[in-house]
Amino acid sequence: MAFPSRLLTSRWGAILTGAVIGVLAPVLVRWGNPGNMGVCVACFTRDVAGALGFHRAAAVQYLRPEIAGLILGSLAAALLFREFRPRGGSSPLARFLLGLFAAIGALVFLGCPWRAYLRLGGGDWNAIPGILGLAAGVGLGILCLRRGFSLGRSQGSPKALGFVMPALALGLLALLVLAPLFGRDAAGLPTGPVFFSAKGPGSQHAPLWIALAASLAIGFLAQRSRFCSVGAVRDLILLRDGQMFYGLVALVAAAALTNGALGQFRAGFAGQPLAHTATLWNFGGMVLAGLAFTLAGGCPGRQLFLSGEGDGDAAVFSLGLLTGAAVAHNFNLASSAAGPAPYGPASVLLGLAVCAVIGLTFREPAGAR
Amino acid sequence: MSALIDARGLSCPEPAMNARKAMLAAGGGTIQILLDSVASRENVARAAAHLGWQAAVKDLPGGEFRMTLTK
Repeated sequence: MAFPSRLLTSRWGAILTGAVIGVLAPVLVRWGNPGNMGVCVACFTRDVAGALGFHRAAAVQYLRPEIAGLILGSLAAALLFREFRPRGGSSPLARFLLGLFAAIGALVFLGCPWRAYLRLGGGDWNAIPGILGLAAGVGLGILCLRRGFSLGRSQGSPKALGFVMPALALGLLALLVLAPLFGRDAAGLPTGPVFFSAKGPGSQHAPLWIALAASLAIGFLAQRSRFCSVGAVRDLILLRDGQMFYGLVALVAAAALTNGALGQFRAGFAGQPLAHTATLWNFGGMVLAGLAFTLAGGCPGRQLFLSGEGDGDAAVFSLGLLTGAAVAHNFNLASSAAGPAPYGPASVLLGLAVCAVIGLTFREPAGAR
Repeated sequence: MSALIDARGLSCPEPAMNARKAMLAAGGGTIQILLDSVASRENVARAAAHLGWQAAVKDLPGGEFRMTLTK
């Protein structure tokens, strides 16, 4: 295992992981996932929130097995390479809020950073203002880091706590396979616990085992290579370290080539799958998401991989993302193909204000340790 | 000049950022840094290599590391 492990932790690891995501995502679209949404952590978390009945947008309800696969793939790598390290206690409530507003920003744009790059690799030029917004949000986060921002230190926690997110992932897979029905209301409609879209993006999905296998592989690789689509830009600017950035370039290039090979590459602004053309809010939504991800230490994919390693703070961020996805639909904040929702822009401004307070006030206490 | 940075428990990118700041401020000498994750160890080693510093790692009990940076 020494050689593949060293390869994955070298500069080639990020490139390999990016390329694998760039190839597998369009393949998953070919197998049934929604357009330019082969893997999207924000969209899929939103679908999971809908499938659990946390929001009632009937078109986006499915227990995406990819979310569970990313966590369990990372867990497998962490256990195999002895990096499973349960920990937590670094400002969990602030991380929950960052996850919540990151979801709202991402759903105003319509995608997490991975999907922004996958949309670019599919010819959706609306991704460009989104990616510029993401970079601007990362830039704001870097300004906070340079002023001394810190969410404080985590500490080791009991081993059992590290298995909570993997257990939740297994629970989601069980609900997906068993699709239990616990009761009906007076009108005879199912009360849950799970709901699946009959039409719309939630009804579009690759076969379970293909989606699971692809996401387990991505989770395994990404745990080893530390792949992070936000850290890629952050480290390039802050640390002059381009290792992860090459992974992003590989992702976009691989997605464009694979989409081209599959006949899925369609260049333009109008009529793109699950996207809108409101440039300002494609930009603005991702400024919010980029800032929230940077303050929380990584993109939503990275937060899932860290949860699989036992990082309870990343897990709390991911649960904040789940809650934010539900809020985004219940409060009419999430955009649709028609454009931004009535309260989306205001929620982005509120989110920026909350993130600014967190970014400007959280410091490691002087004299700690 | 020798300094000790405790970066245990800090999340990305703080360990590498703190190490980089210390290396740039010192310009040379020896800096010790305590870390508690393999990812941070890799990040700090890479930051050191970029600035032309040597990094040596000693494993400590409990999955922690002491990295010595010299230039």
